[in-house]
Amino acid sequence: MNSRAFAVPTGIGVHGRDTGAQSAYRIVVIGASLGGTRALSSLLSALPGHFPLPLGIVLHRAVESDDATLQQLLQSHSTLPVLEAEDKMPIAAGHIYLAPANYHLLVGHVEFSLSTEAPVGFARPSIDVLFESASAAHGNKTVGVLLTGASGDGAWGAARIRERGGTVVVQDPETAECPVMPRAAIAADAATSILPLEAIPGLLADLSQRRH
Amino acid sequence: MNDLSRLEETEVYLLLEGIYRQFGFDFRNYALASLRRRIWSVVRDEKLDTISALQDKVLHDASCLERFLLTLSVHVSGMFRDPGFFRTFRAKAVPLLRTYPYIRIWLAGCSTGEEVYSMAILLEEEGLYKRCRIYASDMNEAVLRAAKAGIYPLHLMRSYTANYIKAGGTRSFSEYYTAAYDSVLMRPSLVDQVVFCQHNLATDESFNEFNVILCRNVMIYFDKTLQGRVHQLFYNSLVNFGLLGLGAKESLHLTAHEHSYEQLSDEEKLYRRIA
Repeated sequence: MNSRAFAVPTGIGVHGRDTGAQSAYRIVVIGASLGGTRALSSLLSALPGHFPLPLGIVLHRAVESDDATLQQLLQSHSTLPVLEAEDKMPIAAGHIYLAPANYHLLVGHVEFSLSTEAPVGFARPSIDVLFESASAAHGNKTVGVLLTGASGDGAWGAARIRERGGTVVVQDPETAECPVMPRAAIAADAATSILPLEAIPGLLADLSQRRH
Repeated sequence: MNDLSRLEETEVYLLLEGIYRQFGFDFRNYALASLRRRIWSVVRDEKLDTISALQDKVLHDASCLERFLLTLSVHVSGMFRDPGFFRTFRAKAVPLLRTYPYIRIWLAGCSTGEEVYSMAILLEEEGLYKRCRIYASDMNEAVLRAAKAGIYPLHLMRSYTANYIKAGGTRSFSEYYTAAYDSVLMRPSLVDQVVFCQHNLATDESFNEFNVILCRNVMIYFDKTLQGRVHQLFYNSLVNFGLLGLGAKESLHLTAHEHSYEQLSDEEKLYRRIA
């Protein structure tokens, strides 16, 4: 890596920084749509207070919706700090990051990026964009969680996570307020586990403790 | 990092290095997370399978390079996007600007011009436009031509009108355009005081001294290194007490110039240079 004769762009060429024994996973990305506020509140409230991984969340909502309200609502259900992501915000362990309304949230190696590029499948923020960027940056150290929703967003991105060796947890459609989104991911063969909502926090806690 | 991710980053790196060495366009410090999505979209549009194949084509086919540059340069925008910013600009910036006999404004990364027309309309309604010179810059000539032409899809006017009203517009938005078929033409006098110019934030230097610089949702596509360069460029280009406007989710926090500015509003990213 040191032999490069010209400047290496930051964010690119950071290969090989992994050192020694580490968590099997580096980040959890979660997507939800219709019914998602309730599902997320329930999921976050059941995570352990010492949960060691960062979580990035896309929840579909109206363009005009108030970012602060959602942040406060989810914060009231979690002892982990809940932040609305700003551009280039560092990704910190045990923090929860929300995609702001009307921006895509993308995961990098060490920080988030935002984008105002066109909606993907009518969605901005798009779950596919969140999931795919996480899989590109963190490969098999990515956990994707797809919850209740009425669109097909997230299925493609979940398949990318699985393709790169990550883990994809899909809410059991039978237990979802709206089963369309989980079903789409299952139909895309993207799920590595299909679980009722109540069982997902326990699995995430377990995955977060795994080592290589 | 698995093998797939590593290979992809190597390919991106080689593509960007090749384009820089051959043509001087420097994307090496763009934010990788969003850049790779755009690169893949060009790969698909060109009916190729890999980023390496795109590298080959871009280096040998000038029209492919042009399409690549266009894809990387178009930032989705809209008239009076984030109306709250324009409302704040009226309330906090306009009173300060009234004290200047002559006002130079730089809209950096103006893309297809939506913000240029929005700002011209605001300044005209505040009676300041004739005193202003707006420098609207972008790195790409094709989008500058579109900005200059001022032609936008008719179907967007409903949402632009709603934005205009929320932004504190004092007239009827339809006064500012003429509709024909599926398009609208913005009133040409709105660009009377506008100079469209090619300028690349990644490689070019300051070209004037400004009272106001707006660069909203442009630097989100840059990594922190390039953001630092651009902040230095803006700092050097602003008069003392000059104003800087950024996108709603961008921040001066943790930049070298964090303490050189004061924020004029709690809600909006509108800053004044104070040091």
